[in-house]
Amino acid sequence: MTDGVSPALPCARIEGSVWFGAAPVFEGLRLDLEPGWTCLIGPSGAGKSTVLRLLAGLPTGARFIGEVGAPARVAYLAQQDMLQPRFSALTNVTIGQRLRGEQADHARAATLLRAVGLEGMENRRPAELSGGQRQRVALARALIDDARLALLDEPFSALDAANRQRMQDLAHDTLTGRSVLLVTHDPFEALRLGTRIFLLAGGRLEELPAMPGPPPHGPQTVGFGARYDHLMARLMGAA
Amino acid sequence: MRTVAAILLFGAVWQAVVMLTGVPPYILPPPLLVLLAGWANAGVLLANAMVTAEEVLLGLFLGTAFGVSTAVAMALSDRLRGLVRPALVVSQAVPVFALAPVLTLWLGYGLAAKIAMTVLIVFFPLASVFLDGLMATPQSTLDLARLASATRWRTLLWLRLPHALPALASGLAIAAVYAPIGAVIGEWVGASQGLGYVMLMANARSHADLMFAALLVLVALTLGLHRTAQSLSNWMAR
Repeated sequence: MTDGVSPALPCARIEGSVWFGAAPVFEGLRLDLEPGWTCLIGPSGAGKSTVLRLLAGLPTGARFIGEVGAPARVAYLAQQDMLQPRFSALTNVTIGQRLRGEQADHARAATLLRAVGLEGMENRRPAELSGGQRQRVALARALIDDARLALLDEPFSALDAANRQRMQDLAHDTLTGRSVLLVTHDPFEALRLGTRIFLLAGGRLEELPAMPGPPPHGPQTVGFGARYDHLMARLMGAA
Repeated sequence: MRTVAAILLFGAVWQAVVMLTGVPPYILPPPLLVLLAGWANAGVLLANAMVTAEEVLLGLFLGTAFGVSTAVAMALSDRLRGLVRPALVVSQAVPVFALAPVLTLWLGYGLAAKIAMTVLIVFFPLASVFLDGLMATPQSTLDLARLASATRWRTLLWLRLPHALPALASGLAIAAVYAPIGAVIGEWVGASQGLGYVMLMANARSHADLMFAALLVLVALTLGLHRTAQSLSNWMAR
């Protein structure tokens, strides 16, 4: 683990090989994360989430030989919201601070809840929130440490279409200026948000063309359809 | 209201069985006779119920305290869990009642042996249910602890414990029903007071009505404990 990397250098890096039991998932993979959104797409079982969990320092159930360089604190957002059912939204946002034994910063937590559009819902429990609102609380929780690296493991895939787009825009706005790794199985999402797009399939990592200019991009942007077709063809070829 | 109806129905069935089978009152006395015996011996029953209640409450309190702290210690220490968990599983198969004569031999005929019996009966199911609850925290929740590099103690306090509260609640509800069994068995093996003692004495003197009256008081005591435990668990599971 290295911290305090200067902005010119990659914010995080993973280099190495992963096996599930005796079967290699990928070998000699190398990925540098720079500021902006890096999207990692690929078929199920290709090891996308493993890459992300290794960067987060989370257990993977796989054997990894190699090196991971990432900040000690990362913002982490997964498909499951990981909200604790017995705690209020406010307590859930500050759970990381409580787990580290720090004083919970309620003022900042309330500000973040307001920023994700949950003003007045600070004292609600997860059961009293909708799926989209719960994922917003999870986003506020991820933002509280102001980490430079954000790791997103299909955080939008369980949401309905309208909420998904809202959450994508919200995450994009709130995570501006950070290095973001988004693992997704949705090529549309990758094109919409990615400044760089990588396909992980068959143990190989390959960069695919992303949309030029600052995201988020819409399907009406010139070149979106062609890139989407290309991405989709590569994904179907890989699956 | 439903409770009253259930009691009336139970009494009616009881009465019907007595009338239809013609069973003699020294085998199964009719409910009215039992109530009369209870009324006539109200002082004796109350005094002995107090003794049993004391044994039950102390045993329940100590058994819960030991059970909870054992489960917490085992959740915190992998080594302790590895050593003690198999024993905890095996202990479920041991008929703890069989230890009652041993406990009386060691601790005498007084309060201590009954409390020890109750503690033993409460301890094992409670510790094992609560430990299972503490260890059943979802991986996604434990990821939060990993991301924060949390200590075991803080992980327990903020993540494992809140997840295990419903398990602890159901453990307490079981314990509340088991505890009076422990106390009464302790009394059966050797005692000079308590509801179990009253039942033995009444039986020896062929006072089936008094025996049943003592049994009813015991049932009432158990139901009261169960109720209390239930409302406590509802509050905990909120």
